[in-house]
Amino acid sequence: MTLNSPLLEIKDLQVSIDNNEILKKLNLTINKGEIHAIMGPNGSGKSTFSKVLAGHPAYSVLNGDILFKGSSILELDPEERSHLGIFLAFQYPIEIPGVSNEDFLRLAYNSKQKFYNKPEVDPIEFLTIINEKLNFVNMSPLFLSRNVNEGFSGGEKKRNEILQMVLLDSELSILDETDSGLDIDALKIISNGINKFMNSNKSIILITHYQRLLDYIKPDYVHVMQDGKIIKTGSAELAKELENKGYEWLKV
Amino acid sequence: MVNQSNKVLNKNITKLVNQTYQYGFSTSIEKDIIEKGLNENTVKLISQKKKEPKFLLEFRLKAFKKWKQMSEPEWPYLKFPQINFQDIIYYSAPKAQKKLKNLDEVDPELLQTFEKLGISLTEQKRLANVAIDAVFDSVSIATTFQDELSKYGIVFSSISEAVNDYPELIKKYLGSVVPIGDNYFSALNSAVFTDGSFCYIPQDTICPLDLSTYFRINDQKSGQFERTLIIAEKNSQVNYLEGCTAPQYDTNQLHAAVVELIALENASIKYSTVQNWYSGNEVGKGGVYNFVTKRGLCVGSNSKISWTQVETGSSITWKYPSCLLVGDNTQGEFYSVALTNNYQQADTGTKMIHIGKNSRSRIISKGISAGKSKNTYRGLVSVTNKALGARNYSQCDSLLIGNLSNANTFPFISVQNSTTKIEHEASTSKIGEEQIFYFLQRGICLEKAVELMISGFCREIFTKLPLEFAAEADKLLTLKLEGSVG
Repeated sequence: MTLNSPLLEIKDLQVSIDNNEILKKLNLTINKGEIHAIMGPNGSGKSTFSKVLAGHPAYSVLNGDILFKGSSILELDPEERSHLGIFLAFQYPIEIPGVSNEDFLRLAYNSKQKFYNKPEVDPIEFLTIINEKLNFVNMSPLFLSRNVNEGFSGGEKKRNEILQMVLLDSELSILDETDSGLDIDALKIISNGINKFMNSNKSIILITHYQRLLDYIKPDYVHVMQDGKIIKTGSAELAKELENKGYEWLKV
Repeated sequence: MVNQSNKVLNKNITKLVNQTYQYGFSTSIEKDIIEKGLNENTVKLISQKKKEPKFLLEFRLKAFKKWKQMSEPEWPYLKFPQINFQDIIYYSAPKAQKKLKNLDEVDPELLQTFEKLGISLTEQKRLANVAIDAVFDSVSIATTFQDELSKYGIVFSSISEAVNDYPELIKKYLGSVVPIGDNYFSALNSAVFTDGSFCYIPQDTICPLDLSTYFRINDQKSGQFERTLIIAEKNSQVNYLEGCTAPQYDTNQLHAAVVELIALENASIKYSTVQNWYSGNEVGKGGVYNFVTKRGLCVGSNSKISWTQVETGSSITWKYPSCLLVGDNTQGEFYSVALTNNYQQADTGTKMIHIGKNSRSRIISKGISAGKSKNTYRGLVSVTNKALGARNYSQCDSLLIGNLSNANTFPFISVQNSTTKIEHEASTSKIGEEQIFYFLQRGICLEKAVELMISGFCREIFTKLPLEFAAEADKLLTLKLEGSVG
């Protein structure tokens, strides 16, 4: 990584799925220590953007580049991107029957340890590690013995995502509508966790529809995405304006 | 231009192509065979080669007559070209078939074959706590720990030996659970069976070792028709394991087995199978046709028979290990994992026939289908009017991998009295791209992800397997599925 390069740099990114072009020359630069919010109407390409960053195989990158810490990650598999520090909190975390949350979390943790040639931890050592992280999101240890997301409420699923983010200590976290479906209490808990986790070495991308989340997590920039590109960038004030006026006035 | 989707796909396809069946080698050895084809003379010749008593020849001839009148069952959910029964070798044995006094006399080539399969028959390296009968094509070549077992009065030998050593037991029990004319394949087996295992556990004896038979089909043209008979006398207990492999050939081999278990009062038999016959290649060429009739008779009160099977091989599987719960308070169990990949087809399940009062049965079936395979559970729970207070619990779960595989469940339930309690649960789930992506995003590689999901799905069954089998089964499933997800 070159010393002053941004954490994430997206250049003229064009992406399609099933021959439909979704992202059309998207540009975005994110530095360490910054929180960026991406807002925009349904179908504007926000979720596609998050999945492409994580390397979802269903999408084809037609053109452009994604640089993470100065080098292109387009050729990297999803798991390698994860090891490098890219984390995606899913909008709809999927249920995995038959696999306990504890096993899943430990395997994820150890996969990263292994990637960096660090010793893998045994189940007992892991309990100490995970218990501390559980506090971040106010989760009971009982969650560990349940199957991954199976029978979890909407709020529990989202908390589980944040727990994983904290555990993997990712440098770039993309939170795809992490606030949707949360009641006020859960929103506060999750926001608290995220704020505690954030520091000057990390960056966060918040994809959201609502200004509400941004009351708890202060973004440095707010971007409006429409039709596969960013059409406006502003400060936290922009989000308030959008809340009042909607997206129509931005249309060219 | 970079296409992520293609990249991942290509990687998986490459893996699929490189995947090998590690038991696919064949052994070249001098053989004593009966020319291919099947008629009354073939049956007589088999009996003659094995120097069998007259009653057994009559048993065979009766079966052959019956078989000629029957036709292949058409109800299974299986599609395959007609089997040409005249194009099969019905007897193939390694030469030098004089009675062996010890293992040193076994052809080293054969010992090596089993060594390569991970089954050590030589004295120094025997598996602790497991006695093994090794069956190669049509005959049993060695049985280990026989002397040790005989101290307990336990008989563990090839069925051919037992025919001569214990004719009374054979006469009494052979065909008593699976009658000659039970079905097309049992009739065929009864006519031409060549070897298999025989176990006799005397009264009040708990078998100190797990008994195990390892079946190997070697010859390209030969069918394997094995016959196993296990008798557990009053208050006895035995654990029996069965493993199977075959070389990799382009043509299909036929395997039609009959297994009969008899549990007398208070006796318990636990029968576990890990079936890994060659399953054909990734375009469906070759593989073993596996038609098996397995049935246990809980004749004494409080007796128990438990079937556990992990079915991963064969291009065609047709198999329904069943329990006849005749005695009062008897128990039947069926735990199954059936995995199909590529073009494999499996139609498997169980029958629980409740006749005794308060008889109980439990069925847990897990089907995993990947590739373009077909996986069918077929089961019958039948409670007669005499079986007052009978209970059954059935659970059938299917797991689909990819978009081209197929899973079916056909449970039949027939109840003839009102004091019966029956429960049936079923579920279908799928390992989808999104689940895999979730693992990958968290840094967990594809193999680990599939392994974790499969072993989670099968956990209930694997805990029923003997320890040394459970680890093997776990590994086997992952190996079999390599490259099928993506």
